[in-house]
Amino acid sequence: MAPTIGTPTSRVDGHAKVTGEARYAAEFDAPGLAYGSIVGSTIAKGRIARIDASEALRVQGVIDVLTHLNRPHMAEGGGADEDPYRDDVAPEGSPFRPLYDDRIVFSGQPVALVLAETWEAARYAASQVRVDYDEEPHVTDLHRRRDDAVALRERTKVRGDADTAFAAAEVRHAGEYFIAMEHHNPMELFASTVIWDGDGKLTVYDKTQGVQNVQCYLCGVFEMKPEDVRVVSPFVGGAFGSGLRPQYSVALAVMAARALQRSVRLVLTRRQMYTLGYRPGTIERVALGAKADGTLEAVTHEAIGMTSQFEDFARNDTTWSGTLYRSATAKYDHKLARLDVSTPCDMRAPGAATGVYALECAMDELAVALKLDPLELRYRNYSDRDQNEDMPFTSKKLRECYRQGAEAFGWSKRDPQPRAMRDGSELVGWGMATGVWEALQMKTAVRILLTANGHAEVACATSDIGTGTYTIMAQVAADMLGLPLDSISVKLGDSTLPHSPVEGGSWTAASVSNAIASTAKAIRTELLQLAQKMPQSPLAGATPDDVALVDGRIVSKQDAARAVPIADAMRHAAVDRIEQETSADFDEDDGYARNTHSAIFAEVKVDEQLGVIRVTRVVSAVAAGRILNTKTAKSQIMGSVVGGIGMALHEETLIDHDLGRIMNADIAEYHVPVNADVHEIEVIFVDEPDDIVNPLGIKGVGEIGIVGVAAAIANAIYHATGKRVRDLPITLDKLQG
Amino acid sequence: MIDFEYARASDVADAVRRIASDPTAKFIAGGTNLIDLMKGNVERPSRLIDISRLPLKTVEKTAAGGVVIGALVPNSDLSYHPLIEQQYPLLASAIRAGASQQLRNMASTGGNLLQRTRCYYFYDTATPCNKREPGSGCSAIKGLNRMHAILGTSDACIATHPSDMCVGLAALEAKVHVMGPGGERTIVFEDFHRLPGETPHLDTNLHPDEIVTTIELPARGFATNYTYLKIRDRLSYAFALVSVAAALELDGGTITEARLALGGVAHKPWRDPAAEAALRGQAGDQTSFARAADLLLRDAKRFAHNAFKIDLARRAIVRALTQAAQGTPQSQSDKKIR
Ligand SMILES: Cc1cc2nc3c(=O)[nH]c(=O)nc-3n(C[C@H](O)[C@H](O)[C@H](O)COP(=O)(O)OP(=O)(O)OC[C@H]3O[C@@H](n4cnc5c(N)ncnc54)[C@H](O)[C@@H]3O)c2cc1C
Ligand code: SF4
Repeated sequence: MAPTIGTPTSRVDGHAKVTGEARYAAEFDAPGLAYGSIVGSTIAKGRIARIDASEALRVQGVIDVLTHLNRPHMAEGGGADEDPYRDDVAPEGSPFRPLYDDRIVFSGQPVALVLAETWEAARYAASQVRVDYDEEPHVTDLHRRRDDAVALRERTKVRGDADTAFAAAEVRHAGEYFIAMEHHNPMELFASTVIWDGDGKLTVYDKTQGVQNVQCYLCGVFEMKPEDVRVVSPFVGGAFGSGLRPQYSVALAVMAARALQRSVRLVLTRRQMYTLGYRPGTIERVALGAKADGTLEAVTHEAIGMTSQFEDFARNDTTWSGTLYRSATAKYDHKLARLDVSTPCDMRAPGAATGVYALECAMDELAVALKLDPLELRYRNYSDRDQNEDMPFTSKKLRECYRQGAEAFGWSKRDPQPRAMRDGSELVGWGMATGVWEALQMKTAVRILLTANGHAEVACATSDIGTGTYTIMAQVAADMLGLPLDSISVKLGDSTLPHSPVEGGSWTAASVSNAIASTAKAIRTELLQLAQKMPQSPLAGATPDDVALVDGRIVSKQDAARAVPIADAMRHAAVDRIEQETSADFDEDDGYARNTHSAIFAEVKVDEQLGVIRVTRVVSAVAAGRILNTKTAKSQIMGSVVGGIGMALHEETLIDHDLGRIMNADIAEYHVPVNADVHEIEVIFVDEPDDIVNPLGIKGVGEIGIVGVAAAIANAIYHATGKRVRDLPITLDKLQG
Repeated sequence: MIDFEYARASDVADAVRRIASDPTAKFIAGGTNLIDLMKGNVERPSRLIDISRLPLKTVEKTAAGGVVIGALVPNSDLSYHPLIEQQYPLLASAIRAGASQQLRNMASTGGNLLQRTRCYYFYDTATPCNKREPGSGCSAIKGLNRMHAILGTSDACIATHPSDMCVGLAALEAKVHVMGPGGERTIVFEDFHRLPGETPHLDTNLHPDEIVTTIELPARGFATNYTYLKIRDRLSYAFALVSVAAALELDGGTITEARLALGGVAHKPWRDPAAEAALRGQAGDQTSFARAADLLLRDAKRFAHNAFKIDLARRAIVRALTQAAQGTPQSQSDKKIR
């Protein structure tokens, strides 16, 4: 039986998904289910003066209307150290509390929850709830608050005196870049079906990236015991980070179930999806100083991001140059503009997608100023150490990414002159950029149950948000247990399963796989003990490290002839099941920097007269350690590249700052790329063996694929047109004039 | 969504009778626009009169050499109908430039004419909008107006009509046949949609108790020199920033007849007789095209975010006329601009 790790393996849950067998949070049913519909505030800031639900209550089928005035008890919260509303990934601050009091802190904030016998009645009645507000002046415009932005409490490091070095540099570039506010727009709406199991016990089917995070949050908010709240999320229809934190919808659904003492389903509308977290609009300023030969001498990277008035959300935007390029001096600064909006949240490669966009465009501009090929500039400044922490990398095959990506793309044939390449009425541009992300890993537990019939069940509370977690878990378990893939069943997305952090940060593949390996080793050890109890055991004297599980047998690594079928060993000992649970923990203080890298090459064609932009070709070469499944991993990178095209050309959440309200709150008006916008995408995985990062050498591929894509496209647009647009998205009007 | 009654019309006369007897009723055809608006609480009909099964689903030749199209012919069927593809490829192309295949499969010809603006504020009942709630104010004039009109605007409303098909129909000088309690009448396409003026809540001159039965195209189809060029923020499935239907008849290099209609720039498909007249008798070259574009845009008015549309429209007109003159119409399947 050939190993499945490293092969293009189709999703084990694919059949269930395409046949509709896979059930999502809003599809679970229960007798007597009630339906909720949320009324959102129409103002951005102020107080609720009056709520009149009398009309709504008269609608046939309406059961109740919950508001801050009549809701059941919930914890106080409010920013204390042990604030029960703070979840595992909450930023600093005091999380939003739905229906807590009369304060309005963002437009669309839930102010009432209508509960009815049918979804239609609930939704209609929600339109009949009258709310009066005492409005207060709001500010939702990042640009208006940029000068009042506050510095992050955690100061980043400086290296040398970047200001002086910049002033003295032979060649300089300084520019300001802007990345628009974006929403994740997963296909599946946020939804919770809360089953009232009686006696106050609840089963919560929720759309989330972290069932145990939601469980813990609900226990805090409603002062419940963990054994009384089970959170289940077997399938997730896309999340991109939006499901890392518990949403107000799950809190409201549980509140309703407790108030009514019956099962409740609450599904957000697409418009309400825009009242949740988002990628913060960010202003970035990058200044680069270099010698005439391109050697970097100074890097300054400053960011001003938007956040809410009640939480300070920020991710690392500014220090990526220290991971990528050698520079004697560097200075980073990150500020937050507090606005009357909901709190931003993680969205695919948070911080890097935005920060590296600015850095990589600035590098391109520096290359132009230096009259140097942009790829050559990267080579000349290539850093073998992470200079922020002054550490070596566990592995960094970025040079190979550059080389293989450039070759596949044909970069050497590029005419450096902007506007020099044409195809009929279109200007052709080639641009490139670097991508970088972290190779994180988090303590995770896995349980394996092996039965004598040769079947194994692998269980962990992690999520599969469409990335392929089910599949890689099955693959790793199959290989480690020496069983065929279809003898493995995977259980995940259930808070009663062994502990897992939220699925995010691209850490799941590494964390879960290593935990499977360690649990499989425990199984192997137990099997070996059983095998050694057999008369004349051929494995007598062997240690667990001397044997492997192969093709349903316990086999000596030295001598394949010395083997015992697993079934025989179990049967002989009269054991019909073996269960083991272990955790993989990771020592990240081992003096190494852990990163994934990529090189992106993009071709655009721009109609010279009209400015219509097409991204005709993208090559993404990725170094991300061991690739568990080349098929699902490639899908991750392709999807990310499409996300990068959206970031570069289409995506922007539009706020009317007078109203303080998001206006393009649906997927007809908020544009993501459609098929016509996506042409050739070639994905290359560069071989990157790494036995330091973790025992299996896995780094994760969920986010690296988007980082740098927007920069490569923006740089290509400059190369095509000679016009530098620094504000994303690059819509055709920005190319005018 | 509001509580409403539902009834199916048995024939055209029944449909008219039903709508005339209830001013809060609405026809529903494909439902692709109306149902969205009902979900958003923007339209609140007390009753839906389903006309989707009325026998208005044929495309037939007229004695005059034109065609007559039933109001319930799905957009997809219309655009792939041999009579349309051969005689009016401009219309086929304009339809295919709109929405998505799935929507075009559902959407009806009549419904397409009566679809409402895509102005963000119109869709969000939490905001002031004169079109939705007369007298409440226009949020777009001082707000997000990048998608909005540059021609024929008023102080009350600067919305655009979103249809692509209608831009093609305007260029082809279609006629709209309607039936009301008083019998049939015909509205020339030019007069079907209205400018906002002081009454932006009225999109068209169709009376509330009338139904669109058929649309008639005259014989002249411009099947040789035409194009439909749509410029938008992504390459498919987005409303037009600017679209241009251009149709020419040429004698050698000289333009003998010209039609030019624009979408995405006004409250109705925009035609300008002066611009078309300026093309007639001229050589089909960049100079005459640019002059026509300038003429058509002479009164264009910009708002905070849509100033770019004026220059974009000028360039798009020139490009479309070039495509039409050269007989290289824009393809709606590969999105590369010809
Ligand atoms: C996401 C999205 C994107 C779209 N993009 C585009 C685009 O790019 N270009 C484009 O042109 N269109 C676009 N559309 C709009 C689409 O073309 C219209 O929704 C469709 O044409 C409406 O037809 P329908 O039959 O579904 O109308 P319905 O929704 O059934 O009705 C619309 C209105 O017309 C009235 N009505 C219908 N038939 C008649 C009749 N015979 N007589 C009198 N009144 C009638 C109804 O009462 C209702 O008020 C898009 C729509 C969506 C949802
Ligand atoms: S432009 Fe017209 S539709 Fe838009 S807000 Fe103003 S009045 Fe309403």
